Amino acid sequence: MTAEELLAIAESERQAKQQLKYCVHVCSSTGCASSNSEAVAAALQQHVKEAGLQQAVQVNMVGCMGLCALGPLVEIEQVQVQGGAPPTTVLYQSVTPADAPEIVSGLVSGQAVQRLRLETDDPFFTRQTKVVLAQAGRIDPERLEDYVADRGYQAVFKALTDMTPAEVIEEVTKSGLRGRGGGGYPTGLKWNTVAKVQSDQKYLICNADEGDPGAFMDRSILESNPHLVIEGMIIGAYAVGASKGYVYVRAEYPLAVKRMKQAIRQAERAGFLGQNICGADFSFNVEIRLGAGAFVCGEETALMASIEGRRGTPRPRPPYPAASGLWGKPTLINNVETFANVPGIILDGGEAYARVGTEKSKGTKIFALTGKINHTGLIEVPMGVTLREIIYEIGGGIPDGRKFKAVQTGGPSGGCIPEQFLDTPVDYESLSALGSIMGSGGMIVIDDSSSMIDVAKYFMEFSKEESCGKCVPCRVGTAQMYDLLCKFSAGQATEFDLRLLEDLCDLVKNTSLCGLGQTAPNPVISTLKYFRDEYLAKIKKPEEAFGVASTQAEHPIEEASQ
Amino acid sequence: MSPVPITAEPVKTFKIDGQDVSARETESILQAARAHNIDIPTLCHLEGLSSTGACRLCMVEIKGSNKLLPACVTRVQEGIEVVTNSERLVKYRRMIMELIFSERNHVCAVCVVNGHCELQSTAQKLGMDHVRYPYLNPQLDVDASHERFAIDHNRCILCTRCVRVCDEIETAHTWDVMGRGIGSKVITDFNQPWGESETCTRCGKCVNVCPTGALFEKGKSVAEMAKQRQFLPYLVSRREAMIE
Ligand SMILES: Cc1cc2nc3c(=O)[nH]c(=O)nc-3n(C[C@H](O)[C@H](O)[C@H](O)COP(=O)(O)O)c2cc1C
Ligand code: SF4
Ligand code: SF4
Ligand code: FES
Repeated sequence: MTAEELLAIAESERQAKQQLKYCVHVCSSTGCASSNSEAVAAALQQHVKEAGLQQAVQVNMVGCMGLCALGPLVEIEQVQVQGGAPPTTVLYQSVTPADAPEIVSGLVSGQAVQRLRLETDDPFFTRQTKVVLAQAGRIDPERLEDYVADRGYQAVFKALTDMTPAEVIEEVTKSGLRGRGGGGYPTGLKWNTVAKVQSDQKYLICNADEGDPGAFMDRSILESNPHLVIEGMIIGAYAVGASKGYVYVRAEYPLAVKRMKQAIRQAERAGFLGQNICGADFSFNVEIRLGAGAFVCGEETALMASIEGRRGTPRPRPPYPAASGLWGKPTLINNVETFANVPGIILDGGEAYARVGTEKSKGTKIFALTGKINHTGLIEVPMGVTLREIIYEIGGGIPDGRKFKAVQTGGPSGGCIPEQFLDTPVDYESLSALGSIMGSGGMIVIDDSSSMIDVAKYFMEFSKEESCGKCVPCRVGTAQMYDLLCKFSAGQATEFDLRLLEDLCDLVKNTSLCGLGQTAPNPVISTLKYFRDEYLAKIKKPEEAFGVASTQAEHPIEEASQ
Repeated sequence: MSPVPITAEPVKTFKIDGQDVSARETESILQAARAHNIDIPTLCHLEGLSSTGACRLCMVEIKGSNKLLPACVTRVQEGIEVVTNSERLVKYRRMIMELIFSERNHVCAVCVVNGHCELQSTAQKLGMDHVRYPYLNPQLDVDASHERFAIDHNRCILCTRCVRVCDEIETAHTWDVMGRGIGSKVITDFNQPWGESETCTRCGKCVNVCPTGALFEKGKSVAEMAKQRQFLPYLVSRREAMIE
């Protein structure tokens, strides 16, 4: 495809759309699909047809709109406007197929269906900054043309025809983008390292393993806008000189896998993947590899072992993937969201990108907001927004009149942040200073009905189950810590157990082989730091600890045997 | 026959526990330490096999960095100052030993290698005189289906030396690891009884590299069950000579 052909597609798509009066967007991502959005779309289609509105109304399946808890979500986008008034969009929540006739007749009369309406001037919508998710929920993820109509693949053209690999890396470096997979490693620096290594073959991997419990950022990106990720991968491959790419995605994400496969085929047909892409002397192919859903397979060395067909266990680094990755070749590995940030950086420039965010954390971050919060869903916010803004404004606060207690970020590798730090800006440095991490974007809100020991226990059980078992501190240490937390939870712990637990946190953190073990103690360390009272309250009094009855009457058997 | 060319590999000089040492740049801190008679405890490492960095006993400090490094897989570097026996390292090593002892059922009194066991001697060397963690007491079996050898999983510490020697030296790849986390287990072939293994050549290498009494030769008394490792450096040196 040439740049002119690309622009022609974009133009004809725009013109086709201008013929319409309304675009009806129905969310088809996993959240809404599980509440039957496909039947909603079919019913809407049916009624549009019956009303003879096919020429004026188009029903599209789109990706995630963010408020997954209120799905199925349907957005009515007004395309043509009479009399110069600005076009409006109306959002409907919890739509059922039975609502279709009313919605369609509303299109004819111009009257929105008030009982289904979701106010789009709610802070949930207005306080977000959608960059990576800008097209999610607006374009049909199954159509390349939809993506192309909205500047899609123009960044590939720009990079491959107007820029050298070094200039691409320069732009990414300028943007300040840092890895969204959890570590926050500067992306430009990583690309530069891989680019500098001389090798006959280099690989690129998109890490879509997403194993943290409750996290669904990467899944939503893949489901809502797979071409954005592919475009980022092509640019990355061009920058570092990789000719073969893999998307490592967990098999539990069937819709993401399906859409990604479809998008790869479309991109191949359009000539964005394959030989001599955009007429440049650059070839790149992408394949999908399915993971069996082990958390540890998201760790880069384990992931590469898994792609090579070996047991997915981490190995010591160095060598880092940049020097020796897949099959011993230099390999660039980045997270889904990292790649999804790239096309925008190339199109608008690194400096423009860097205008959003804090000094050391640039751009936006997607979070999966869950737990005791009114607006459960997927949000994208500028780096540096405070936890309070996320929880009380965007998230709409705590339901059932309960009190906020803590927010857990970073999943099993992160920590719990208490109320006194709610005004902390969300960026890599501030969160780790509090003993938590940014992580990949899981954010779980905890209210005053929960025990922090149980929270720590939950995550420790996860780490224990997901430990690969290779190194002793993590394999045995997580099992012992879990047992100790169970003792606390049951009120059976002693002062000695508290010491054992603290010592184990220290050992496992400092001696484990990979990030899983090194961060597994974080939920315990942070709850011990901020909610120590809860642990102390669960310690048995000395007389109980030695099995001596505190009140004789409670132990009739002992009494009888005396 | 032309003489083997002597390739002068760059040498690094640095310090271990205050002592000036030097080593070839491809050597590990562990190799360098041992060449200078400085002892760093190890369990998963065995010279002649690939290193996996699994047991974490060999962790050392580098002055100026808070991060600990496994000596068996970390290459030497010019000018570093390695510390092998700080208070912190000694504490961690004892804890790791205690964790290993708490994991499975190590009953030295009834073990075939009592007195010849690396786990036992390492524990003694590190001054581990009791285990503070509750014993996990898993239910594990003994596979005695092989005509010459047997494995008692109660005594296995998952160092994977057997897996590596069988794969890297004997090239039979009979052993592998199944499961994950605390439920991991070494298996023969596709978790069949060892006696039914189609790949095992009955060479006995795995038995001899096993640091504990997990792998043992049937019918041998405790006194006879000292493990024979001389074959490994011999085979490795023969192989290296062939490659060159
Ligand atoms: C236990 C563990 C699990 C991980 N899981 C993921 C994951 O699911 N997705 C991901 O992108 N990175 C994951 N990572 C981080 C990767 O190892 C790697 O750093 C990342 O993919 C690099 O991409 P980035 O620089 O774009 O963040 C995980 C790390 C560890 C230690
Ligand atoms: S830290 Fe845990 S997951 Fe990582 S290598 Fe060790 S046992 Fe495996
Ligand atoms: S006896 Fe030899 S071939 Fe058989 S399992 Fe042991 S090392 Fe492998
Ligand atoms: S000897 Fe280095 S980790 Fe086991």
